Amino acid sequence: MKPETLTRPAAAGLGLALLWFSVLVLIPLAAIVLSSTAGGWQQFIGTITDPETFAALRLTVLQALGAALVNVVVGTTIAWVLVRDRFPGKAVLEVIIDIPFALPTIVAGLVLLSLYGPESPLGINVVNTQQGIFLALLFVTLPFVVRTVQPVLIELDQDVEEAAASLGAGRFTTFRRVLLPALIPAITAGASLAFARAISEFGALVLISGNTPFETEVASLKILKFIEGDNRAGAASVALVLLVVSLVVLVALDILQRKVARRG
Amino acid sequence: MSITVSGINKNFGDFVALQDINLEIPSGQLTALLGPSGGGKSTLLRIIAGLENADSGSITISGQEATHLPAQKRNVGFVFQHYAAFKHMSVAKNIAFGLEIRKLPKARIKEKVDSLLELVHLTQFADRLPAQLSGGQRQRMALARALAIEPSVLLLDEPFGALDAKVRKELRDWLRRLHDEVHVTTLFVTHDQEEALEVSDNIVVINQGRVEQVGTPDELYDQPANDFVLGFLGPVTEFQGRLVRPHDLEVFRQEVPGAVAGRIARSTRVGFEVRLEVELNGSADAAPVNVVVTRGEARALGLTVGDTVFLGLQAVLV
Repeated sequence: MKPETLTRPAAAGLGLALLWFSVLVLIPLAAIVLSSTAGGWQQFIGTITDPETFAALRLTVLQALGAALVNVVVGTTIAWVLVRDRFPGKAVLEVIIDIPFALPTIVAGLVLLSLYGPESPLGINVVNTQQGIFLALLFVTLPFVVRTVQPVLIELDQDVEEAAASLGAGRFTTFRRVLLPALIPAITAGASLAFARAISEFGALVLISGNTPFETEVASLKILKFIEGDNRAGAASVALVLLVVSLVVLVALDILQRKVARRG
Repeated sequence: MSITVSGINKNFGDFVALQDINLEIPSGQLTALLGPSGGGKSTLLRIIAGLENADSGSITISGQEATHLPAQKRNVGFVFQHYAAFKHMSVAKNIAFGLEIRKLPKARIKEKVDSLLELVHLTQFADRLPAQLSGGQRQRMALARALAIEPSVLLLDEPFGALDAKVRKELRDWLRRLHDEVHVTTLFVTHDQEEALEVSDNIVVINQGRVEQVGTPDELYDQPANDFVLGFLGPVTEFQGRLVRPHDLEVFRQEVPGAVAGRIARSTRVGFEVRLEVELNGSADAAPVNVVVTRGEARALGLTVGDTVFLGLQAVLV
């Protein structure tokens, strides 16, 4: 153990951080745990094993995992193109990437609805389908991996790649053994953020998902339904499950990241 | 001849980096590419390694036409100024990299890595990460990594440039001894004339994209082809209309045939040598002549600022 080194300003800082964290995060989280089990564990189990609720949870988690996975590949590629390639319109693309961040997600839903809805100019209608949900999730999570990988890629020395080449490594081997291990922490961080965002997405889905039980009903909309039906405990139960799943996925990704980064 | 460079030209936009370079690098020797920064020496090294393409001309390595071979196929060991270590791999893994690419059996790789670790004195650091090593250790690791693939030539790009003066000197001596042991044809880029003179068998002086002179350190120092080479290899001063080295001038207290009278304007002692600035009589407007004498000589002659002295070229040079 390190000796106590808290100076007065540091102690004040730590105090503020903990207070802030408690008020904004810890106490509400505790409240969710408490209210979800307000009717006893029996009721909690009953709520989440209800086929309709379970279907919504399963759909949400699978969709979010899928979206995170696609982002890992596409986001890394986009970051690569933005850092390593020079092409006209690059500066514009740099700005456009952040639009899903800047846009209120309900507007994103609106945009998708007008483009891929019943009156689609492209003749594609994904409203009320799982593809529609996936599309909306991909839209709102796009910037995460791009924006976490990009700065790491900029910092990477190109002479490392040249060293690998002079040692006989082809482009793919160099990418797999030299670049990827350096990028993995950033990719994982981006994927975690994308997953967390996707699992809790509401605004972009409310217009496009259609909200059909067993088909296109996601967890966040299920929570809304519970609240509208004055079932606070039910809403809190679904929220708690989302919370636990998020936590498990974040920890799992972190462990995976450490393993891959060490292997080389 | 181990490396033959013929008619190499390279431009970056309007900038002429290399202009009609023709060179023969003898095998088994340690050759320095010496010149000022931006003179094209690193570009030439990178073209030989295949990390850069020449606009025209050809490269032959160990008799094999290599001009259009990719870097992967040239079997060239390359050491970078900033180490280019694979940060997430241990020292041993770094060294093993090229061998794993060549799919050598595991036992053979381990054997080779162990002997290389010994060669570069990093055995006890085998499992460390590069970040846990000092700069000098990292560069020795990079050298072992480059040597592991048994390259036909070893190319070093300002290998000691990022290190502090003391470590640089140590590594320089060590590289010389290592080369005497391994005998791989080595070409290294440096802008430090002392480094080139001390370490190499041959020196190629490159300036503004052109080869100024090729020769042994002695040849270059004693018979420089032009004023640039003379000036780049060591300090020079103008004496009676020609460039000479400050230590090739002799200082007398009495008038001597052929010597020129002047006044000591400044005297600086640096370690064992004393640097004098002498203003020659009748040429007060011209820059003072720089003269270097040993501390012993200065004391024996009793040289102090303001004294009148007589300067002459040392007899052997006249």
